[in-house]
Amino acid sequence: MAQNHDDSSKSKTFSRRALFLAGGQALLFSTLAGRMYYLQIVKSDTYKTLAEDNRVNLRVLPPPRGRILDRFGVELAVNEQNYRLVLVREQTRDVEATLDSLGSVISLSEHDFKRVLREVKRKRAFVPVTVRDNLSWEEVSKISVNAADLPGASIEVGQTRSYPYGSAMAHTLGYVAAVSERDLTGDPLLELPGFRIGKNGMEKQHDLVLRGKQGNSHLEVNAYGRVIRELSRDEGEPGRDAVLTIDAGLQTFVQQRLMSEQSAAAVVMDIKNGDILSLSSVPSYDPSAFNRGLSTREWNGLIKDHLSPLTNKAIAGTFAPGSTFKMIVALAALKEGIGPQHSVFCPGSMRLGNAKFHCWKRGGHGWVDLNGGIKYSCDVYFYDVARRIGVDKIAAMANRFGLGQPVGVDLPGERSGVVPTKAWKLANIGEPWQGGETLIAAIGQGFVLSTPLQLATMTARLATGLKITPRLTRGFNDEAGGIAVPEPQFESMGIPAEHLRLVHNAMDAVTNNRRGTAYKARIEQEGWEMAGKTGTSQVRRITLAERAAGVFKNEDLPWRRRDHALFVGYAPVHNPRYACAVIVEHGGGGSSTAAPIVRDILTETQRRDPAGVPAFQFQAPAPGQET
Amino acid sequence: MPGRFSSMSQNTGLTLGQKVWSINWGMVFLIILIFSVGFAMLFSAGNGNVNPWASRQAVRFGGGLLLMLTVALIDIRLWFRYSYALYFIALFLLVAVEVMGTVGMGAQRWIDLKVIQLQPSEVMKVCLILALARYFNGVSVEDIGRPTYLLIPLTLIAAPSALVLKQPDLGTTVMLVMAAGAVFFCAGVRLWKFAIVGAAGLAAIPIGWQLLHEYQKARVMTFMNPETDPLGTGYHIMQAMIALGSGGMFGKGFLLGSQSHLNFLPEKQTDFIFTMLAEEFGMVGGLGLMGLYILLIIYGIAISLRARNQFGRLLAIGLTTNLFLYVFINIAMVMGLIPVVGVPLPLISYGGTAMLTVMVGLGLVISVYVHRDTFISRRGVTEEL
Repeated sequence: MAQNHDDSSKSKTFSRRALFLAGGQALLFSTLAGRMYYLQIVKSDTYKTLAEDNRVNLRVLPPPRGRILDRFGVELAVNEQNYRLVLVREQTRDVEATLDSLGSVISLSEHDFKRVLREVKRKRAFVPVTVRDNLSWEEVSKISVNAADLPGASIEVGQTRSYPYGSAMAHTLGYVAAVSERDLTGDPLLELPGFRIGKNGMEKQHDLVLRGKQGNSHLEVNAYGRVIRELSRDEGEPGRDAVLTIDAGLQTFVQQRLMSEQSAAAVVMDIKNGDILSLSSVPSYDPSAFNRGLSTREWNGLIKDHLSPLTNKAIAGTFAPGSTFKMIVALAALKEGIGPQHSVFCPGSMRLGNAKFHCWKRGGHGWVDLNGGIKYSCDVYFYDVARRIGVDKIAAMANRFGLGQPVGVDLPGERSGVVPTKAWKLANIGEPWQGGETLIAAIGQGFVLSTPLQLATMTARLATGLKITPRLTRGFNDEAGGIAVPEPQFESMGIPAEHLRLVHNAMDAVTNNRRGTAYKARIEQEGWEMAGKTGTSQVRRITLAERAAGVFKNEDLPWRRRDHALFVGYAPVHNPRYACAVIVEHGGGGSSTAAPIVRDILTETQRRDPAGVPAFQFQAPAPGQET
Repeated sequence: MPGRFSSMSQNTGLTLGQKVWSINWGMVFLIILIFSVGFAMLFSAGNGNVNPWASRQAVRFGGGLLLMLTVALIDIRLWFRYSYALYFIALFLLVAVEVMGTVGMGAQRWIDLKVIQLQPSEVMKVCLILALARYFNGVSVEDIGRPTYLLIPLTLIAAPSALVLKQPDLGTTVMLVMAAGAVFFCAGVRLWKFAIVGAAGLAAIPIGWQLLHEYQKARVMTFMNPETDPLGTGYHIMQAMIALGSGGMFGKGFLLGSQSHLNFLPEKQTDFIFTMLAEEFGMVGGLGLMGLYILLIIYGIAISLRARNQFGRLLAIGLTTNLFLYVFINIAMVMGLIPVVGVPLPLISYGGTAMLTVMVGLGLVISVYVHRDTFISRRGVTEEL
């Protein structure tokens, strides 16, 4: 019975403690239930969001970049299909064997071979590895035909920017290149690997419009990043096409014409609306090289070239305008009351204080009035009038014609040049103005600097008397499929018509008067005649010794010390429509080098007559004909 | 108490038919029900396929069910007689695993017997409770009060615990100690002694920390603050909590758990299977499964209370506590309440050894029920047979 007693005592203790234990377990289970309530009810929304973040991967879809077209719709910048050969490891049993087979179909370098093997190992099995880029159509078809022997290999199509006119349009169009750290703005497109943005020229100017809006693809992915399915897709908005004022045919002609010189720039404008028909700078570069990526050697070659091929000299090259500046001085003189009958005797030089200022013609021009001053480009005449009116009056007139400040063309990188005044010299050089410097400025030398675009704008304003502003963009296609190009209205410059007539007559005489400085470069075709003005600007001072020895023929000097040759002109002379400015760096004389180029350009321009031909309008896309 | 004696004499020689009849079939049904939930979850883990997990687990469960019923029908006095022998076999296996065990999951836990892979620490969970139940069955109420009588059972716990901790397997060690503690507690060991052991345990934490492996330390640190290392060791627990939390009240639906099916959830077919269930069936599903376990545990406790012998009582309460510990540690671990210690969810998680251990344990509990009126004297069974 002792044992029974013992057992009943044990049983009581056991029952009490077992129930106590059960209570403890119940308590612990209720903490589990509480935790479950907290996670699944209280914090449910947070975790649902996290689960969605896990599951859904947002992929940015790059929109196709807008094209750039000339005024007639000719493609200047387009997107080309770029065929890439990719390899997916999980789709092939033996990567090396597949690569070997590929090597017998298309050419694969040892370098490519090793790179692919390395990348394949590093990336997940389902991630495509690029084997080769930029496949030709022939290579693509070879791979397709042999597809059965090439497990895991496939062709992907990408897009790459292409410029059909190559270097002929490089300075105007600019180029696209990989995004750099500086370019990041928060637009997710910019963070896409391989994305290209406009880095120069029109590509940069209109980058945002050409770029378009990103598309989005919501993908369901697993923990390893493999795409399970696409949940939704939004295609975004393709970039808009930009239509320029350029006439690609004329541009090609001008670029070709300038190639006869080492370094030159030319601008052709429609003087009615400011449309730039051609903007050329020689030498040029291959814009697709930047898209592809330049090697350090190529880059250094471009940078160190003393002909600076990367500079768009038409808008960023500043040169002393030389005698092309004389129309400005003439108008300033007329405004200050020095009439057209005012005559100056030119003995070949003029003395001011102790200094002697030479005319380009050693023997002098004799008695010269305004018309003769321009026709013969007599320096002494302009020394005289400039001395009378002072440099600040000349500068004020120059500014009205667009010199000394950017003319405001829609292209990045425009330089402003220099039109000196007394105040300018004090502020920038720190010395007071010298009387002789007024004389130098009057013949467009010394401190005066201008770009070819400024000179073309000046010529257009001279020809019309209106405040013409140049433009390069006609417009963009809109959703309706058309472009609206407002015909610009320009205000009058406020120059008396009589003054303009006097200058026009003098410019007419330069080319069409037997004794004019550019008579040899006149356009003979009736109705197409041009008016113009030559310019030759020194890049060095002619020493007294040289002058005495008579050694100042350009041809005898090294290239870099030769004069710049300039010519500005408009045509037709009595009903002007086109203006042109040309500078040939170190080209020698304006009449011998630059004038014939302008003659050829304006002849070709009038032959093509781009302003007379209806410009391109976007057509609403025809059904089934996607652009 | 004549009734008690009569029932005792009645039960000393039960026929097989009587035994089968007296098996607690409600409990067996409950076990099958819990496994069915597990089967469904393994089917889901296989992305709606019985391969690779659900079908193989069903075969194991079939075997386990037979084993469980066999264990239940074996005379409890036989289990009593071989308690110590089984304990020492398990201890020997634990030593053997140290010597010849293959390294799996970064710890030495398995003995490869070619046919099956044996995990002696799991076997020990049952054998330790058997041995302790037998020991305390033989100690009188007065003797339990004497500290010297606790030396032997403490040694019985210490030896396997040390070996398992050395493997290292923190989760199993904790389970061994706690299940044994439950047996001590229900056997009537004074509460102040638990207080002393508890205090000693707390004091030993700094020393124990030094003995932990780097990965164990990392798990504990991660547990403290899982967000600090979301791609490293914290990844598993973060993803598990996301799976669970995103399930909400009613879940995302069967086979529709994005965390599980897109592989964000680690070990979804084994230790983390509960999060998958909670993701697909929500809090309703999670609490439902916990309800089934609670019913099973209530069965176990009721059986322990009903048994007429101390061995049966302690065996049933020890094994039931063991089951509770599996469930609690697993669920608490996947919900980020305690560090990840690698304890599976019984009858649900994919894997053979743990399932067999649990089912043998449940078989013994049923055996206690079948032999609930069998008399086992304090000094042993031999003189009674």
